[in-house]
Amino acid sequence: MATTGTEAPSGLQIHPMDQFIVKPLFGDGPIEWYTPTNVTLWMAIAVLAMTALLVLSTRRRAIVPSRGQSVAELFYGFIHKMVEDIAGHEGLKFFPYVMTLFMFVFLSNFLGLIPMSFTTTSHIAVTATLALLVFLTVTIVGFVRKGPGFLSMFWVSSAPLLLRPVLAVIEVISYFVRPLSHSVRLGGNLLAGHAVIKVFAGFAGAMGVASFVPVLAIAAMYGLEVLVSAVQAYVFTILTCVYLRDAVGEAHH
Amino acid sequence: MATEAHGEAEAAVGMPQLDFSTWPNQIFWALVTLVVIYFVLSRVALPRIGAVLADRKSAITNDLAAAEELKQRAVAAEKAYNDALASARAEAAKIVAAAKADIQKDLDAATAAADAQIAAKAAESEKTIAAIRDGAADAVAEVARDTAAELVAALGGSADGKTVSAAVSARLKG
Repeated sequence: MATTGTEAPSGLQIHPMDQFIVKPLFGDGPIEWYTPTNVTLWMAIAVLAMTALLVLSTRRRAIVPSRGQSVAELFYGFIHKMVEDIAGHEGLKFFPYVMTLFMFVFLSNFLGLIPMSFTTTSHIAVTATLALLVFLTVTIVGFVRKGPGFLSMFWVSSAPLLLRPVLAVIEVISYFVRPLSHSVRLGGNLLAGHAVIKVFAGFAGAMGVASFVPVLAIAAMYGLEVLVSAVQAYVFTILTCVYLRDAVGEAHH
Repeated sequence: MATEAHGEAEAAVGMPQLDFSTWPNQIFWALVTLVVIYFVLSRVALPRIGAVLADRKSAITNDLAAAEELKQRAVAAEKAYNDALASARAEAAKIVAAAKADIQKDLDAATAAADAQIAAKAAESEKTIAAIRDGAADAVAEVARDTAAELVAALGGSADGKTVSAAVSARLKG
């Protein structure tokens, strides 16, 4: 619900980051951890959208699906196949978990494309939460299922013996960098795209008749952002599956 | 992406993403949302969609099996029809053969009867002809005897009947 505000009647008063401000829904008090904010509102909308998409549309459980049910089945089949293909048959236990992440990221990305909306997944706090959840899940599940053998994924047995310690260091570093890259990739993409659109919108407000140029640019950017929203949700999910494979499947490094 | 850098640089003073005072709030609500989504998905949506997909798959499998069975039955019915046709043909051929045999037998019997009749008739005729021929020969011998006796008498000889007839008979045989 963040906007540039109304204090930009003329000139280049662009506040591309104002759309990301976290605000309390009611009043102006300080933001405690429990305060209902615009984050709460848009996440709740995501939950409702998810419910409409996957629960309401399938309430008739038709053998011959309606359009809504087809879409729900499409989502189900897409993620189910992804988990099975990448994380393996064992990974299917985590299908609801992966589906949760995908639906949350996907719907948050697309809800963020609604003008005047708030993009929860453009916040590092949110994406870092998701990425750390994946990281912790993979680490804990890996140790529970494989015990100390989980550490063997850092010891590249196919490499020459001399190189192995070096590779092990690199592997360990890359393992711990995963949540960072996982979260910044998603948050950064959305943050940048939304900020750019806002900057163009600021130009459009300031350029008078010539503003059709930034408006066209916004349209183009918007198209790109639609793509980015879907692709980033896909990338986030597929990386989750790849990481899960380390925990449940055969070592592949 | 120069504009992006420009935009971020401009707002760098107050990038809301880095306002850590809002992080607990965002993390809390994100976790709440994830838990809610997880429960809705794992308790309602995913089992339901999974069941629908399984139902559809089994329905399709069943329909295919039923189609296969119907096809088998159609093939069996066709086979039964062909069998019935073949056996009917065989039966018909048998009946035709039997009828032919009957007719042949009747025909043979009739031919045999006719042959027998013809043979009987021929034998009878033969007999009649033989009788007639014998009768004729006797008559010739009688006439010859009488004539011979008359001739002997006329020529002045006298001969008894026995001698004449013996002579005639000898001549007739000779």
